[in-house]
Amino acid sequence: MTTADTEIRASSAALLEGTRAKQRRSLGQTIRWLILFGGGILMIMPIAYMISTSLKWPFEVYNVGLIPEEPHLENYQYVLEDGRFYGWFVNSLIIATITTISNLFFDSLVGYTLCKFTFRGRYIVFIAILSTLMIPTEMLVIPWYLMSQSFGWLDSYWGIMFPGLMTAFGVFLMKQFFETVPDDFIEAARIDGLNEFQIFWSVALPMVKPALAALAIFVFLGNWTAFLWPLIVTTDTSLYTLPVGLSSFGDEADVQWELIMTGAAISTIPTLVVFLIFQRFIIRGVVMAGLKG
Amino acid sequence: MQFYRNLTITQKRTVWAWGFLAVPILFYVIIRFYPTGNAMIISFQEWNLLGDRTWTGFDNYVTLVRDPVFWQVFGNTFMYLLLGTPISLVVSFVIAYHLDKVRFAHGFLRALYFLPFMTSAVAMAWVWRWFYQGVPIGLFNNALASVGIAQIEFLNSTTNALPAILAPAVWAGLGFQIIIFMAGLRAIPRSYYEAAQIDGVSSWTVLWEITLPLLRPTIVFIVVFSSIGFLRIFDHVFNMTTNNPGGPLNSTKPLVLMIYETAFASFDMGYAAAQTVVLFLVLLVVSLLQLRLLRDR
Repeated sequence: MTTADTEIRASSAALLEGTRAKQRRSLGQTIRWLILFGGGILMIMPIAYMISTSLKWPFEVYNVGLIPEEPHLENYQYVLEDGRFYGWFVNSLIIATITTISNLFFDSLVGYTLCKFTFRGRYIVFIAILSTLMIPTEMLVIPWYLMSQSFGWLDSYWGIMFPGLMTAFGVFLMKQFFETVPDDFIEAARIDGLNEFQIFWSVALPMVKPALAALAIFVFLGNWTAFLWPLIVTTDTSLYTLPVGLSSFGDEADVQWELIMTGAAISTIPTLVVFLIFQRFIIRGVVMAGLKG
Repeated sequence: MQFYRNLTITQKRTVWAWGFLAVPILFYVIIRFYPTGNAMIISFQEWNLLGDRTWTGFDNYVTLVRDPVFWQVFGNTFMYLLLGTPISLVVSFVIAYHLDKVRFAHGFLRALYFLPFMTSAVAMAWVWRWFYQGVPIGLFNNALASVGIAQIEFLNSTTNALPAILAPAVWAGLGFQIIIFMAGLRAIPRSYYEAAQIDGVSSWTVLWEITLPLLRPTIVFIVVFSSIGFLRIFDHVFNMTTNNPGGPLNSTKPLVLMIYETAFASFDMGYAAAQTVVLFLVLLVVSLLQLRLLRDR
């Protein structure tokens, strides 16, 4: 055997080994994908069961099967005709929307001021606002309740909303993002004769739209699902938000699980749909808010 | 207006700045700082909402320390933390680590894992509560029964109820942690991995020597964030045990639920305020400790 022969053999063996390794890798990759897929399906099972049960008749609720035998919307009709759920839905929507708008406006205004203005006391204001992040809501609910009681805010939209109209987290997030707005733009706008509010509103704010979107998602989701404070501040059932309403409804509907699941679905599906539409956007927002905030 | 016109440009800007801050400062003073101080003051008083407030010094705190229920609740609260944080940290890292290496239908898989984060805790607590019911109602026990395995008492058992309530809380938070971990993994420069590959280092070594050390800031963030979440657990417990909040036999009751009951069922405001101050201190100590332990080493 010549040396050239051995060389060829060795190299073809190496080549073969290479493709084998590649095959092994792609097999490993396929297994990894399948396991991740299985895990993902498992993750959404509670949501899937919630929706499937809301489409079932009472007699098949106790079947382990996921797919309803004859899916129907009667549960939704029943729950919505009852009227209360409709009202709770509207309450939640109004409260979450107003709170979100308030946060977007005030958090960015404060973030912008603390970022782009230089004046004495700026640092103290920033630290003071930031320090409120360390105070848990649970510590404030008792004073808030007493405050609401003496001002007559119990059982009102304002009573439910006022604690969340601004958040230190939002201020911090927006301040971080206004750092990326070049000072030259602001200076140019000043020379053009815009006043400071106009500069904030029509020059700086449009440049941090992604951050605004991220903040909007967090604030809206947080208020849509908020439970402790709305539970404390409302006793009038017509003013309940969805989570508080669902909680009381579950208690009285005790054994009618298909109705409870319908109520749960009504309060969950809107946020799920929003997520599925704006998925890419929301995940980017979560990363931004998570890492910068 | 005359006054404003006479100001220098810098002074004008300062006026604008304080103008912008006026309403927010009012908000933070009235809605954040004043209540914080107020909670601390009430914690030194005896007050049932109707009668007079009377100063009692440290009485509420002394009662708290002597209250066996408080210590049980304190233990439960840390149980949620000690089980929840490590489990969700490891599970979310493992999923993120592998998900990061998958290209095919990546966005779809990611969406599956993230979806639970978009749900409301109250709604999902009721769904899981249904899962946990006994035969013939609950999904889990029905599934066990169909393969002939003995029933498991979930929410009615003093030992199983706490983990059973913790499960949906961990489940709902995983998606967020996975997304944050994946962002952390992406931020590690490719060149490190390429260098390791040239040196022929095993992927296990790469994980322990490159990936995990470089992920430290991400890990610190997730540990602190999820710890605070578990220490403040309330929605799940309240909704999964409504007929006997925090039961059976207080075995699932966390601090926030105790606060809620003391303040808004017994109307013992002073005692409840003292409990909130303890919660505040616990959160403060735990997060500072974790930042210290995990950050510099």
